[in-house]
Amino acid sequence: MTAGLDTVALVLLTIISAATPLLFAAVGELVVEKSGVLNLGLEGMMLMGAVCGFIAAVVTGSAALGVMAAAAAGMAMALVFAFLTLTLLANQVATGLALTLFGVGLSSLLGLDYVGFPVEALPKVAVPLLSQVPFFGPLLFNHDALVYLSVAMVVAVGWFLGRTRPGMVLRAVGESHHAAHAIGHNVVLVRYLAVLFGGAMAGIGGAFLSLSYTPMWAENMTAGRGWIALALVVFASWRPGRALAGAYMFGGITILQLHAQGLGADIASQYMSMLPYLVTVLVLVLISRDTYRAKLKAPACLGRIFHPAA
Amino acid sequence: MVLVTPALALALTLLTGLLLFGAMGYAPLAVLFHFFIAPLADLYGVAELMVKATPLVLCAVGLAIGFRANVWNIGAEGQLTVGALAGGALAVWFPDGASPLMLPAMLLLGIAGGMAWAAVPAFLKTRFGANEILTSLMLTYVAVLLLSALVHGPWRDPGGYNFPETVLFPPAATLPLLVDGTRLHLGALLAVAAVIAAWFLLARAVFGFEVKVIGLSPAAADYAGMSAARITWLVLLLSGGLAGLAGIVEVTGPIGQIQPTISPGYGFTAIIVAFLGRLHPLGILVAGHILALSYLGGETVQVTLGLPQGIAGVFQGMLLFFLLACDVLLKYRIRFSAPAASPSKPA
Repeated sequence: MTAGLDTVALVLLTIISAATPLLFAAVGELVVEKSGVLNLGLEGMMLMGAVCGFIAAVVTGSAALGVMAAAAAGMAMALVFAFLTLTLLANQVATGLALTLFGVGLSSLLGLDYVGFPVEALPKVAVPLLSQVPFFGPLLFNHDALVYLSVAMVVAVGWFLGRTRPGMVLRAVGESHHAAHAIGHNVVLVRYLAVLFGGAMAGIGGAFLSLSYTPMWAENMTAGRGWIALALVVFASWRPGRALAGAYMFGGITILQLHAQGLGADIASQYMSMLPYLVTVLVLVLISRDTYRAKLKAPACLGRIFHPAA
Repeated sequence: MVLVTPALALALTLLTGLLLFGAMGYAPLAVLFHFFIAPLADLYGVAELMVKATPLVLCAVGLAIGFRANVWNIGAEGQLTVGALAGGALAVWFPDGASPLMLPAMLLLGIAGGMAWAAVPAFLKTRFGANEILTSLMLTYVAVLLLSALVHGPWRDPGGYNFPETVLFPPAATLPLLVDGTRLHLGALLAVAAVIAAWFLLARAVFGFEVKVIGLSPAAADYAGMSAARITWLVLLLSGGLAGLAGIVEVTGPIGQIQPTISPGYGFTAIIVAFLGRLHPLGILVAGHILALSYLGGETVQVTLGLPQGIAGVFQGMLLFFLLACDVLLKYRIRFSAPAASPSKPA
């Protein structure tokens, strides 16, 4: 009985680890999309975060500095995107794809000398008392700081978007940039800040991969997680709480698939991996067809270029 | 100006590349030489360039027509994959096929496969209003996983020592070579044909006119009685079909079987090709070869200088960045003036 429980706890633990990088990237992108910007460069920003965070952690010996470097790297990438799309009014889809290509390439170049380098994984932070609770203690209250941060970010973003004035301004900018502009809000500034936040989150998500999930750097180590996170935002219909649930579900599918592979069910694994994408398409269809439930829909100005008439 | 900005973007990319590699401690001129010039030193290299340009041009021509109509199919990679699977199925099921009809049938099936995969975003867009950027992207991953499932499972070559590959395609299912001693195949001519046909469609046919009007002014198009849904369907089927053709051309041409990786991201790079080529078929023909060089150069520096192949992505990304940045010069006139008194902003 206890052995069975331990196995379950272990599997659930790996699901939490698998979900955390997705959650960081998705929560960042959610804010970006709520402001009306579609940044397809998540994968590139995550990889740059992963490699810069890793290098910083190796060079300085401090995991905290590594995470900060990762956030900075993600923001630097996001700044390139923001400058092109918001200041130079370039197409967001093309710029985002370019950002991904660029980030994949540059990260493999930067990390060339660090492949196979060992680094100490982020330390676990056990919550006093709560981590002593049998089963749930080690499962929920004995993680590294980034896992707690990812959940905290969901709560913070949910509160910010739903309960604060700046959050409402951000949503207004995403729903109708011309109206927001007309009543005096600085559309471009709001979007710059949102995109930078998204970059920082993606960078930290990448750093979680290279400093905690598998504490090492490998070329292209995000392995498509940036795209899954992008799907996750749609799946969550732009709600932070659903993004949390979705991240754990998508993470769960990844882990299940690994275990299925271990059991020799090789073929099933690819079909299982398709599920998140298919479910996302289904959700997208469901929320798109219902014209009356605008609350669920994509931000109306998603991906549109803002060029004030005056 | 239309031609100046791509040239300017290329020049800036090279310059930044020089600075970047210098800063990273490599001999920048050597990198650029091995990247851009060494691959083209002999006939084989030039032929390889055209081999790599073929799928890029095929995909980009279709995508460009869609982009002109404001239909953002970014799932060419998936349509390419499904095209390769649909056409390749014939060779997998009839590995001893020798009929002269086999190759044409495979090409047609490839086109049909790509079309079918693109029809899903078209249906979801026109019927439910689902964003085609997101649906076509999601379906790309489904397609790549389907490919993986097939080559790891039922389509694996029984005599292939358990490698995840199908049987080698029979000669009747292989595109004829154009130049002996190279891998240049008939597909290159198909790409040129697609370019010419697309040019005709855009410049001389009613369809092309409708595409442009819908892209530039949906309201005007609606008023003129043009159906946005019909054009959405047509451009998605067209771009999907061309991407499917690119896929089947790859597996019946240079690859000669179905492997877990059919394309090193041609479907995504084709989006850069379309933009670099100014969404014009002839421009795309040129741009396809420029981007093909980035793949070829990436392979060369990997072999000669031991640099990761990702370097191709650095160049591709930078090129698109600079191109998009330079486009601001095309689309807008920059005026230097004091900003107009802005309305007071609430905090």
